[in-house]
Parts: sequence; C-alpha cells; structure tokens
Amino acid sequence: MQALRKHAGRRLVIAVPYLWLIVLFLIPFIIVFKISFSETRMAMPPYAPLIEWRDGAIVGIKLYFSNYSFLFTDRLYASAYLYSIKVAAVSTLWCLLIGYPMAYAIARSTAAWKNLLLMLIILPFWTSFLLRVYAWIGLLKSNGVINNVLLALGIIHEPLTLMQTDFAVYVGIVYSYLPFMILPLYANLEKHDATLLEAAADLGARPWRAFLRVTLPLSMPGVMAGCLLVFIPAVGEYVIPSLLGRTDQLMIGRVLSDEFFANRDWPVASAVAILILVLLVVPIMLFQRVQKSELEARP
Amino acid sequence: MNRGYFSRAGLIIGLVFLYVPILSMVVFSFNNSRLVTVWDAANSPTLKWYVALLSNAPILRAAWLSIRVAASAATGAVVLGTLVGIVLARFGPFRGRTLLSAMTTAPLVMPEVITGLSLLLLFVALEQLIGWPRGRGMLTIILAHITFTMSYVAVVVQSRLAGFDESLEEAAMDLGARPVTVFFRITLPLIIPAIVSGWLLAFTISWDDVVVSQFVAGPASTTLPMVIFSKVRLGVSPDVNALATLMVSIVALGIVASSVWMHALTKRREREAQLAVAANQ
Repeated sequence: MQALRKHAGRRLVIAVPYLWLIVLFLIPFIIVFKISFSETRMAMPPYAPLIEWRDGAIVGIKLYFSNYSFLFTDRLYASAYLYSIKVAAVSTLWCLLIGYPMAYAIARSTAAWKNLLLMLIILPFWTSFLLRVYAWIGLLKSNGVINNVLLALGIIHEPLTLMQTDFAVYVGIVYSYLPFMILPLYANLEKHDATLLEAAADLGARPWRAFLRVTLPLSMPGVMAGCLLVFIPAVGEYVIPSLLGRTDQLMIGRVLSDEFFANRDWPVASAVAILILVLLVVPIMLFQRVQKSELEARP
Repeated sequence: MNRGYFSRAGLIIGLVFLYVPILSMVVFSFNNSRLVTVWDAANSPTLKWYVALLSNAPILRAAWLSIRVAASAATGAVVLGTLVGIVLARFGPFRGRTLLSAMTTAPLVMPEVITGLSLLLLFVALEQLIGWPRGRGMLTIILAHITFTMSYVAVVVQSRLAGFDESLEEAAMDLGARPVTVFFRITLPLIIPAIVSGWLLAFTISWDDVVVSQFVAGPASTTLPMVIFSKVRLGVSPDVNALATLMVSIVALGIVASSVWMHALTKRREREAQLAVAANQ
C-alpha cells in the first residue's frame, strides 16, 4: 500500500513539470512548424488552417511551401541569415579570447579573492541587460564618451563612426554575454589538479607549453559550454543589433520580428523561426550533452 | 610565471570593460545637460532626472506591472523548477527522462525571438480551441516567463543536489520517514539556498525580459523593459540613466545584503554543528 502511494507520488512529481513543458515548450514548436506551411490571410489570426474539416471528416490538407521558397529566393533573407552566423561566430571568439584569461586568473586566485571576483563578474548580469546595452549608445555615439575622450587627447581630430557598425554589435554582444563565457570556463578551470602543471614543469615544460599541452586540452568542456552559451542565443539576437547595429544589414532575429510585427506575416515569421532552429539544432544538442555531463559527473 | 601576469592583466582589463559602461550611466544620470554625454559642469550634479523619472506615470505603471509579473513568474518557476531539479538529480532513470532534461536545457540557450513567437502562437491557438487564455496581457506574460525561467531554477537546484550524496535522505527513509517528510525535513533545508537564488534569478530574468514580453503582451499591458526599449530606440534620454542608476544600486545593495546573510547563516550552521558534536561527547 505504501509502496503504491509512493509510486503515485513519484509519478505526480514527474508529471506536473513534464506536462507544463510539453504544453508550453514542445507543442508551441509544433504549432510554429505547422503555421510555417499555412497561407497568409487578412484575418485574425492571419493564417489559414492547414486541414479543412467538414461534417467531422477531413476533406483536404493544404500545405503551402511558398513561405520557404520565398525565403530562399529573396536575397535579403539569405544575407541576414549568413550575417547572423558571422556576427555570432566573431562575438563568440572575442568572448573566448577575453573570457579565458579572466576565468583563468579567477581560478588561480585565493579563496577570498575568488568569491569577490566571481561576484564582480556576476553583478552586471543581475542588472538590466537592456540598460547595459543602452549604456553603450552613450559611449559609442559620435558625440559620445569615447569620441570625446579621444578628441580631447588629440588622438583623433574628427569623431569616429562607431554606432550602427559591425563593431558596435560585436561590442554589445561580447559585453552582454561575457559572464556566460567566464562562468563555465571558471567552473572547469577551478577543478584542475595543480600537480599536473607541476609535473609538466618538473619534466622541463615552459609555462606556455604546459598551458598549451595540459591546461587547454583539459579545459575543452568548459570552452565548449561557454562558446555554445554565447553562440546559440547570439544568432537570434534582436535587442543588441536593433539598438547598436547597422540599418542596412539586419540580423535574422530582427527579420523574424519585422515579419511578425510590421508585415503581420505570421507564416513567413514561422518559416524564419524554423530555419533558425534548423541551424541551431546541432549546437543545442551539443550544449545538452555538455550540460548533462557537467551536472551529473559531480561527486 | 609571466603567464600569471598575463591573465591577471586580462582580468583587470575585462573588469574595466564590464564596469565602465555602468559607471558612465551613473555619472551622467547626475548631468544637467539634455545632451546626455556632454557634461554641463556649471549646473551639475543635479537630481532633476530622478525627479522627472519618479513623476513619469507611464514608467511607474510599467514598473509596477513588471514587479507583479516578475514576482508571480519567479514563484511559479521556483515550484516547477525545483520539481524538475529534484526529479533529474534524485529520481534515477525513468521513461522520458531524456526528453525532460532536453526540455529543461534547451530554453537556456533558445533565442528569445523563437520562444516569444512560439508561445504567442500557442496562446492564439489555445484561445481558438478552448477560449483560454482570453486575450493577451499579464497572465500570458507570466505563463511565458515561468516557462523560460524555470529552467534556470532547475539547473541551480540540480547542481546543488548533485553536491550532496543521497545518504541523508536514505537514512531518513530507513528510519521509516515517509517521502513527504523526507522532502520537508531533509531535502528542502538542503536546497533552500538554491531555491532562494533560483527565485532571485528568475525574478531578474523576468524583470529584464523585453523580447518575449513584446510577443505575448497584449496592447494594454506594457512592462518596464518594453517602455525602456521603445524610449531608447528613439535615442538616449537622461531619465533612463537615472533609472539605470537606481536599478544598479538596488541590485548591488541586495547582493551585499544577501552575501552578509549567507555568511551569517553558514557561521550559525557551523556553530550549531559544533555544539551538537560537543553535546554528543
């Protein structure tokens, strides 16, 4: 009897969040997939049903592939798609180059410093993301802080155009996502056994060589986790390019939301979402594997 | 050890990079000039942007909505996320475990435009099908926020539980405690720090979200980030600097207070443990 009740309780604990995620996370993707094959209509909701029902029987199924063929023939979409991959890849690389030394230095500091430094890394993350991106407008504008300082120092004689450039988008993404790179790297580097480096030094390896042959290979899971945590959301980034980025070259997240809000073309917006997911499905699966081994391989 | 110097220099430069933009917002929030980045030395510092901010009714209304949304979403996310964390850390293998863990980690990296679009299409389809949720507004924002913040709670709880072995729970079971009792007497006290930080994390993410809210909010409900976003898209405005300064100060105070509290809590635990050991001897 108690075993039975225990069993029922266990099932309930699993079922409640499970159902929630199926209804609010899994089914929405199926709906997006379905609507990406619908015909656009001037109605609310602005798409036609795929399946025609009459007297309880299906009388016809209409699949419109035109939303996709539209995306493949119009150059605007292809260039936004490729540009998003480029921006995400370059930003991820910069995050890694800036984040790795930071994570390494924190992992090598004393316990008291570690906590303080980690707090300093996390603190910006707790303050509004939107406001931190906004802060860069004030710094990068043509009459902004950076230009004013450079002009006052006599390094430049005319203001540089920093806003609405690729550079501004990279800065915005690296700035916003840097903690996501540092924290998994730190979690990995912190576990390393210092005796391995001592052994390498005893065997005559110079510090750089020991780093390249011992520390770097061991930290690959952290590098993977950090890069995926930055790259995947950066591909679909919407706020940063809207505030800092170019107006002549959109990112794919902006295209999706313009199709949805400005053109009210829900089927094309859905097709764009599906194409982003197709690009991201392998990185997302990789991230899950890294995350799983990270969370389950603890003592 | 030149490598040590190299990484330390990198750390300092990185921290400067992280904090200069925030500091610049704080400084310019006291600037008298409307030009935001030109310092008007004659009439600064001034509090006029704070006054303007606190008498701006739409901003205050939006902030109040955001607080209610974030508090409800964080509470819902803590309940569901804690369940997921416990299931993944303690329940061992069961059918559908892989799917549950996939549905928990994917929202952590899913681009927000996709989450927003898919949830909106779900709400529209549900309204057509069963008439609920009727229209879009605070309720749909809360449901959406619970869905993508519960993953963060689940990860925090799961990694906290992974740090403890199951012997305490097993011992309680062996002594005849029912699963519910074990949960409330053993597991819950162990994961309370994770639940608290999970709630705060969920609150912050919900409070900060603009993209998903834009999709699922109706015309009548505008959250604070939505107001800020539409304001700053038109250019910089000094009262946003004042708002940023207020938010940064609240967060900094909160973090200092919570670390002091955590420190005191650990100290008390240690003292109690020592007393218990002494009493047994």
